[in-house]
Amino acid sequence: MTDMLERTDAPSAPQPNPVDWSRVQKWGALGGLTMSFIAAIGMVTVLDRRPIISPWLSLGFLALVWVPLVFGFVSATEQVPDGSPPPVKGERDLAAGLVTGLLSGLFFSFFIVVIYTFDLTDVLINLGPKLVELLTFGRGIGVATVLWIIGSGFLGLVGGALKLASRKFRSALSAAAVGVLGFALLEIIVTDITQGLHIEFVSDWIYALNGGLTTFSAAVIAALSGVFGWRSDQRTLTERRLERMNLDPEVLFRKNVTAAIITILAVIFLPMILGGLTNELLANVGLFVLMGLGLNIVVGSAGLLDLGYVAFFAVGAYTTAVLTSAQSPYWTPELTLNFLSWEGWLIMAVVLGMAAIAGIVVGTPVIRLRGDYLAIVTLGFGEIIRILFLSDWLAPYFGGAQGIINIPSAALGPVEIKGTSSQAMFYLLSVFVAIAIYVAWRLQKSRTGRAWTALREDEDVAEAMGVNTTAAKLTAFVMGAVFASTAGMIFAVKVGSIFPNSFKLLVSIIILVVVIVGGMGSIPGVIVGAVVLIGVLGGPTQPGLLQEFGQYKLLIYGAILVAMMLKRPEGLWPSLRRQRELHHEEMSQDAWLRTEVEHDEEGVA
Amino acid sequence: MSVLEINKLKKGFGGVQALDGVDFHVEKGEIVSVIGPNGAGKTSFFNVITGYFSPDDGHILFNGVNIAGHQPHEITELGIARTFQNVRLFPNMTVLENVMVAQHCRTKTGIFGTLLNTASYRREEREIEERAKEVLSFFGQRLKGYRWDQPAFVLSYANRRRLEIARAMATMPELILLDEPTAGMNPKETAELTDLIRQLRDDQGYTVVLIEHEMRVVRDVSDRVVVLDHGVKIAEGNYETISQDPDVIEAYLGRPAESTNE
Repeated sequence: MTDMLERTDAPSAPQPNPVDWSRVQKWGALGGLTMSFIAAIGMVTVLDRRPIISPWLSLGFLALVWVPLVFGFVSATEQVPDGSPPPVKGERDLAAGLVTGLLSGLFFSFFIVVIYTFDLTDVLINLGPKLVELLTFGRGIGVATVLWIIGSGFLGLVGGALKLASRKFRSALSAAAVGVLGFALLEIIVTDITQGLHIEFVSDWIYALNGGLTTFSAAVIAALSGVFGWRSDQRTLTERRLERMNLDPEVLFRKNVTAAIITILAVIFLPMILGGLTNELLANVGLFVLMGLGLNIVVGSAGLLDLGYVAFFAVGAYTTAVLTSAQSPYWTPELTLNFLSWEGWLIMAVVLGMAAIAGIVVGTPVIRLRGDYLAIVTLGFGEIIRILFLSDWLAPYFGGAQGIINIPSAALGPVEIKGTSSQAMFYLLSVFVAIAIYVAWRLQKSRTGRAWTALREDEDVAEAMGVNTTAAKLTAFVMGAVFASTAGMIFAVKVGSIFPNSFKLLVSIIILVVVIVGGMGSIPGVIVGAVVLIGVLGGPTQPGLLQEFGQYKLLIYGAILVAMMLKRPEGLWPSLRRQRELHHEEMSQDAWLRTEVEHDEEGVA
Repeated sequence: MSVLEINKLKKGFGGVQALDGVDFHVEKGEIVSVIGPNGAGKTSFFNVITGYFSPDDGHILFNGVNIAGHQPHEITELGIARTFQNVRLFPNMTVLENVMVAQHCRTKTGIFGTLLNTASYRREEREIEERAKEVLSFFGQRLKGYRWDQPAFVLSYANRRRLEIARAMATMPELILLDEPTAGMNPKETAELTDLIRQLRDDQGYTVVLIEHEMRVVRDVSDRVVVLDHGVKIAEGNYETISQDPDVIEAYLGRPAESTNE
């Protein structure tokens, strides 16, 4: 053991490795391509209207200039094989960053020259004079190319220099960047809150008249959040969570109770001070949390990849619409979703019943399928249900493409919960989300939950251990369906009219992305995922906080998903089990270092 | 009456006849070893008994009930538990959870009981946990204490094998099928496990059938040895008889099996 640790050829002073030029070239070219791509899809032109720091930095330019900075940082990162000593920092990092930046700038200048010289608007509508004007700063092509090359080179150099900086400095800097960007992007919500609190002067001071931070306020925010980042806990989230696990249960319990009380108070009082827009966003988030929690049971706990989840959402919405709307084409019982009368309870019972039936109908034929096959078949089922609602055959019952309109609002006794009142909707959704969290949490650690986990880990063995896999899978499907159709019921009374096109495949995919980004199998993860994706970026049809990004929403979703899969496959707030699964080896290694793993005796495999 | 009585069991996969009319029986409280060269059909034999494959022909009577063609979980519920040749735990579940899952078919609280947190649900969960700890304590200190909450993947190879046996015990079976329980273990661990297998019968009252390549284990624990080759039972009897049997010697590559002259 000891002779393994002693290195016979330990160098006296470690030398930095030479720059890996092929890597630098790769990242430089990628940077140029990325910048050209961002410009070509029109992000620069569209987002230029949104100032970040008024008047000199718009979101459009920000969409470009992060590229050389980040790519310079990345390409300066030296690749060392696992287990070798960490790389020595030095001038090589600066050189790598600088060259990456210069290369990106060079590529991008080439792109500018091309769109300046040729009219490519027939190919890509965005490559017009407006873009040229923006990218050349109205100063002619020569100056512009030089500026872009030098500017990118400088940003790449800064990126490389960040490699040299200490971890503390980097965290201060990134906190400053996040702070400025956050305040600039969240202008709406900040203004909303200050208005709610009647302290408009704060937002008047922070923001310039035509939007964006003023230079001064940006500097103040950067300084404040920089200090915050400097003083912050330097450990990663995972390290912190692992530490939490080792806490005294009593301390942990007290901490949890405090967190729960704060959350409950926030849920009760926040909507009162928030404006309509923010409440609307929160209500949308709630809707997706509800669906996400259901899908989390199906995909996260039981490991059944269901891509037709929107079908259950549709069933809930249509059931509610038929039962309540006076315009329902075939049968009009005209009940009201009044939670204090038998009518409301009847509706809920019917919705849940229909959900269970739908869960069994979709679940039964796919029970024997696994993995990819299951995903494809459920995807098909999801589309079938939407097309059935759309079809002429069922049009006499569900209105075909015209859908069902005039769905009355929900009510609580004499009080109407108007679909247009986002505050009321938020409260309504909070109640259902709270119930859903309770249900999901209880199930997770119960006998049923254990059976689901076993099913996900190894289906054959689960069966040999006496788990009725057919029943377990059907239960998971039905539970998922129950959550989704409850969301569908609320959706119906919220928007007041439903059409088959509200239930496209995209909805299923977005719910899945919420679950994946948040952390599969983790209840807080679903909430975090929904806040980040639905609240900030927006849902399939719902606008998010960053409305400017509306048309690039799916692009950004894709980018986030790819980045997550590469860097943090376990999600933003992973369940412990999932984290274990994806970091199996590192964690075994850690455990081994803590000598928790028993050593196999005498050279056993 | 035999615990397990198998008549003319046949199972083919395309051109290969994995089991070609095997007769087999186990009496209560016996330890029976199934041996044979690689590809003899031993694991297929287990897979057919436990319901992974339904037999092409023949009867499998467990306590007089024909279980041929039943689902694996039904067979587990009737009282046959098994382990796997290549250890198959639920690696990301904790040691305790692994054993708790195995009591699934012995418990019954459904979703509503769980959600309402009924008294019977709470009692059942407590019992499941107690039973799991009790089963794990069968292995002395090896799977106790802080190990309960460790994920199964950090266990050493030998402990994984032990946990698999614990999981099988937790299903409260009458008959346990062990598929090469000592594969990959060192001599010391093998000897320890041999004792454990005997205890499974003597102290815990299980009937045991095991597939084993390690002839020392077979010699030490078996009341009776059954030899399979090409899906056919070629010999049966106590260890001494089997080790002298010319058919068996021939099946093991035509010369005395290495294990007999160790």
